[in-house]
Amino acid sequence: MTENGSLKISDEQVSLLERLCNASAVSGDEAEVRKIVIEEVRAVADEIKVDVLGNVLARRFGDGENRLKVMLAAHMDEVGMMVIHDEGKGIFRFKLVGGIPAHFLPAKSVAVGKNKIPGIIGAAPIHLTSAAERQNLISVDDMRLDVGPDNGEYVEIGDRVVFSTEFADHDNAVFAKALDDRIGVSILIQLLKNAPKNIDLFAAFTVQEEVGQRGASAAAFELDPDIAIVIDSTPANDQPAWDEGDDRWSGNKQYNTRIRKGPAIYIADRGTISDPRLIKHFVNTSHVEGIPFQLRQPGGGRTDAAAIHKQRSGIPSISISVPARYLHSPVSICDILDWMNTQKLIYFGLVGMPGDILAMEL
Amino acid sequence: MNDTLSFLKNIISISGLSGYEAPVREKIRSAWEPYTDEIHVSRMGSLHGLRHGTGTQPRNSILLAAHMDAIGLMVTGVVEGYLRLTEIGGIDPRVLPGTAVTVHGRQELKGVIVSPNRNLLPDVLESKAVPLEYLLVDVGMPPEFVNENIRVGDLISFDQPPVSVGKDLLLGHSLDNRASIAALSGSLSLLDGRQCEWDVWAVATVQEEETFAGAYTSAFKLRPSIAVAIDVTHGAGPGVPEHKTCAFGEGPVLGWGPNIHQELHKAMKRLAEELEIPHEMEPLPRHSGTDAYAMQVTASGIPTMVVSIPLRYMHTPVELVSVRDIERCSRLLAEFICSLDGEFMEKLALDKEL
Repeated sequence: MTENGSLKISDEQVSLLERLCNASAVSGDEAEVRKIVIEEVRAVADEIKVDVLGNVLARRFGDGENRLKVMLAAHMDEVGMMVIHDEGKGIFRFKLVGGIPAHFLPAKSVAVGKNKIPGIIGAAPIHLTSAAERQNLISVDDMRLDVGPDNGEYVEIGDRVVFSTEFADHDNAVFAKALDDRIGVSILIQLLKNAPKNIDLFAAFTVQEEVGQRGASAAAFELDPDIAIVIDSTPANDQPAWDEGDDRWSGNKQYNTRIRKGPAIYIADRGTISDPRLIKHFVNTSHVEGIPFQLRQPGGGRTDAAAIHKQRSGIPSISISVPARYLHSPVSICDILDWMNTQKLIYFGLVGMPGDILAMEL
Repeated sequence: MNDTLSFLKNIISISGLSGYEAPVREKIRSAWEPYTDEIHVSRMGSLHGLRHGTGTQPRNSILLAAHMDAIGLMVTGVVEGYLRLTEIGGIDPRVLPGTAVTVHGRQELKGVIVSPNRNLLPDVLESKAVPLEYLLVDVGMPPEFVNENIRVGDLISFDQPPVSVGKDLLLGHSLDNRASIAALSGSLSLLDGRQCEWDVWAVATVQEEETFAGAYTSAFKLRPSIAVAIDVTHGAGPGVPEHKTCAFGEGPVLGWGPNIHQELHKAMKRLAEELEIPHEMEPLPRHSGTDAYAMQVTASGIPTMVVSIPLRYMHTPVELVSVRDIERCSRLLAEFICSLDGEFMEKLALDKEL
């Protein structure tokens, strides 16, 4: 990004994101994404290890004086499902891993296990349901995974299941499963390849974020950084809102973030109050560099920062996310300019990071 | 198997929503051309292929009807770059959130059907399924682009690629009723080179999912001696009571009920038994929900039959069908056609009591 010149998203980076998104890595089973990450960063890291939980920890040292140790974290895992019971003839029960809203599940094609056995989460034909039934949500307990009678023997209890969405992009729009957080993984790979020399960059590609930020906790302890920046993807709930008074779609004031409005800087979510010095630094960076940004509406949600900032004697942390729609669904959407600007903002924020940022007043 | 499967994958990848069947009709036409003596398109858009029989004129004719139209959606409005929608054919809105679609605007655009977050929807929907009127399509593009490229009335089709499941099954959208188009096409190819007395009208009908407009009008125009509707029916599977379904992957299904001529049913059943083609009888006590409903009462009435292929998850983007069942259906139809002789119509006559 520095010597190479361009901060734009290259075709290579798009095809890397495609590989990352199409890979299956449900929380606790991140091997397929881990393999891609290691391939990508092995050559540029000064030190690289995979810890006992499966986190990939890569250090790249700078060469200036008083270098700040900066941890950058992006999670490799995605939400999905796990097969829990075999009902015979290729029909299985399953449970959710991470927060998938149940209304996304009926009538979706999925891939089961390491061999990506094709399957269906079915739904009763409309002809065999009543109008009254159709007003109710279908509960996960009433859904089944169907891989067909021939393939039943290739599916085992405990296998992970993901939506079988194939990555696609047109114009600036990206359509894929697992943009949360493969987009963050792709940015972190790019930053590690182009690490600024004024800092020591400690990259953590974490596991199990979707089931309680479990990988990040161990990663932060091991890396022992001065500060941490979490790169994630956050919901853009920027659809129109239904105005009940007027009985029509109208302006939405509870959007969390909006796509095409730039990287989302966190002030506070359910798990973390971002470090005010870091907020100020990144807001200043975007003004100086002319990079659009938005402040994520404070409120719900959490990122790996929830685990990291409480590790050891405290690690001042911030999260910066690419806004994206329909996370945890079969098809998420994000905008390539938001992706690029998030990458740029974090890069320039690191380049301009004062070595004594923590000495500044809180 | 490979021919049936590749043809079927091909025709479910082409759109042809009710009333707008032209794209898929052209594919079917090229598949039928080698096996028919005449081929033309009706004024409603149905495809008529004629295979001459060898009997003396005036010859009897059998009409085999499979509807080529598919369910889908249509744009009803544009709001802040999102599309509001209505259904073409019956769709349970609960299967739609998270479904990938193609929007057929000034250009074809990829999109996804979404349900806005709960905090953006009416309070009464709390913990309820979100009805179609609140679902939106997002094409990932800015509102200005959407306003220029998409208009009210544009069609939206499912974007679920065909996937082979195990040795025999195919997953995809629009298998209702392209599976039957494949069965009908297969029977034409099995007839190739064989001598059959009767004329055969292969018909790919339009608009079955809405008004049966294709079946009514083609049957009137072609005035066959008998007519067979080929359609899909509910295969046994998860989430549906067994008594409302037919065995899945265990052969074609022969309909029985008021839309079906009893002697026609019996003749086909006897033939299936002789040929050892596994099959099942499906009671259809009222409306068969097929083109037979329309064809039976066309002109002064036509003896009709319904042959069905069991399918799981009907009218969702992830329908599932057995390719072997389609091929069994092709064979049964081809053999039935060859079995028709000069005396057959007498067996159907109901005026014997006179």
